[in-house]
Amino acid sequence: MKLILAVIKPFKLDEVREALTAVGVQGLMVSETKGYGRQSGHTEIYRGAEYVVNFVPKIRLEIVTTDDQVEKVVDAIANTARTGKIGDGKIFVLDVEQAHRVRTGESGEDAL
Amino acid sequence: MRNSYMTTAGRVTPGLGALLFGLLAPGLALAQSDAPLAPDSGDTAWMLTSTALVLMMTIPGLGLFYAGMVRKKNVLDVCMQTFAICAMVTVLWMIVAYSIAFGTAESESVNAYMGGFGKMFLAGITNDSLVGTIPEWVFSMFQMTFAIITPALIVGAFAERMKFSAVMLFMALWLLVVYAPIAHWVWGGGFLQNAGVLDFAGGTVVHINAGIAGLVLCIVLGPRKGYGTANMAPHNLVLTYIGASLLWVGWFGFNAGSELASDSLAGAAMMNTQVATAAAALAWMFAEWAVNGKPSALGILSGAVAGLVAVTPASGFVNPTGALIIGIVAGVGCYLAAAHLKKALGYDDSLDVFGVHGVGGIIGALLTGILADPAINSAGADASLGLQAYGVIVTIIYTGVMSTILIFITKAITGIRVSDPEEQEGLDLALHGEAVQ
Repeated sequence: MKLILAVIKPFKLDEVREALTAVGVQGLMVSETKGYGRQSGHTEIYRGAEYVVNFVPKIRLEIVTTDDQVEKVVDAIANTARTGKIGDGKIFVLDVEQAHRVRTGESGEDAL
Repeated sequence: MRNSYMTTAGRVTPGLGALLFGLLAPGLALAQSDAPLAPDSGDTAWMLTSTALVLMMTIPGLGLFYAGMVRKKNVLDVCMQTFAICAMVTVLWMIVAYSIAFGTAESESVNAYMGGFGKMFLAGITNDSLVGTIPEWVFSMFQMTFAIITPALIVGAFAERMKFSAVMLFMALWLLVVYAPIAHWVWGGGFLQNAGVLDFAGGTVVHINAGIAGLVLCIVLGPRKGYGTANMAPHNLVLTYIGASLLWVGWFGFNAGSELASDSLAGAAMMNTQVATAAAALAWMFAEWAVNGKPSALGILSGAVAGLVAVTPASGFVNPTGALIIGIVAGVGCYLAAAHLKKALGYDDSLDVFGVHGVGGIIGALLTGILADPAINSAGADASLGLQAYGVIVTIIYTGVMSTILIFITKAITGIRVSDPEEQEGLDLALHGEAVQ
């Protein structure tokens, strides 16, 4: 099992979710986050006081999936989240040791 | 008052209260040649309303205006300070400050500077007591709301770093030693009023006063930790928008209510208030647009407040064209003071109390001397820049000196600045045990 951790631009969330549903993903986690890579932040000015804000709002997606689904999921995210401009995001794939379904007690791939 | 300047306590009409007359007989030796006035329900209704409007300016107007501009970890502290000041000033006003401000001291040489203690606990005020055409209850209440907002304004200068106990102690002392006497000098029959200094609704008494006190405090307290490098951006300017709007609307009570009557001069004051505020909002907005390339919400809101401040002393003396000029000058002047002068001089006036209220008040008080139109108010016939400058300078010196003394007294008794860890954690949690989720 693998955890796919993706950081994408917030406005891409709906598109990405639809693409993931289309490849069979049945659950995912979404959180708001901030970050920067090569995309620089912005400057805010309040009554002459300037603040350079380095962190850009992003959406973090976390999806746990079986090994054979990883490539489809990663492609679905990458292709829909891409705009071609700086700040499109990153996708990481991590190993998952265990998974459990709370309601039934199932574990392993049956829990996904 | 009908076609005249703000009343003094000497205008109290005995009515059926012989006791009242006895207490004030010495005060009536002042040159008040009017026959006793009768109570007017129209005037009283308006003044009851004005009082509520001005109270709303502090709670929640000013509270929200400031709250939105601080960081979230300090928002409840700012709200608490303004609310607690409202409660404390109310009690102190009733007990002694009203007497100092609007009483009439037995000796004329004392009465030039303060009104004595004859009206402590509102002694002598009965249901028949009048100030002009309105009950003295209402006059005292109306003035109380001014006494409430003035210390509350200062809060912005030391936001995010002052101990709550120190705030309460300082403001209590400041009300009695600074606000009440100055109110007496300008409105209560004191020496500035007698000299002919004009201040319709509080340019000196409220705004220059609070502005200078704020400057003193922010310098004595020192800047916030991380000032100049850390991100101290406003956490929610929507609150500031609501606060500024409540201030604008409430200010009709502040300025038009200062006529103490429901008449055309109140209407003129209302028109002047609106015009100056709008002009200042636009002026700040355009100035910022030109300098930064973007007009900001905080800018236009601040501009509006600058206009409200500047037109305050002038509102019942100038005509709308004069108000327009005051607004434009204040909008640009306060923008420069808040956004540029502050940075240049390096003091951390967190919410620009000096930049907006101090500078705006000075601009308005001085321009009153130049732009007063006797056709609007005959009491402005002898207006002069020199007289206004005199009033401004006296206020600045007295407030500056006394605020300095009082803050050091406060420092000795309670300490004034929170500790570094408290400042980092945020005053809501550190001082009040609360947080906005």
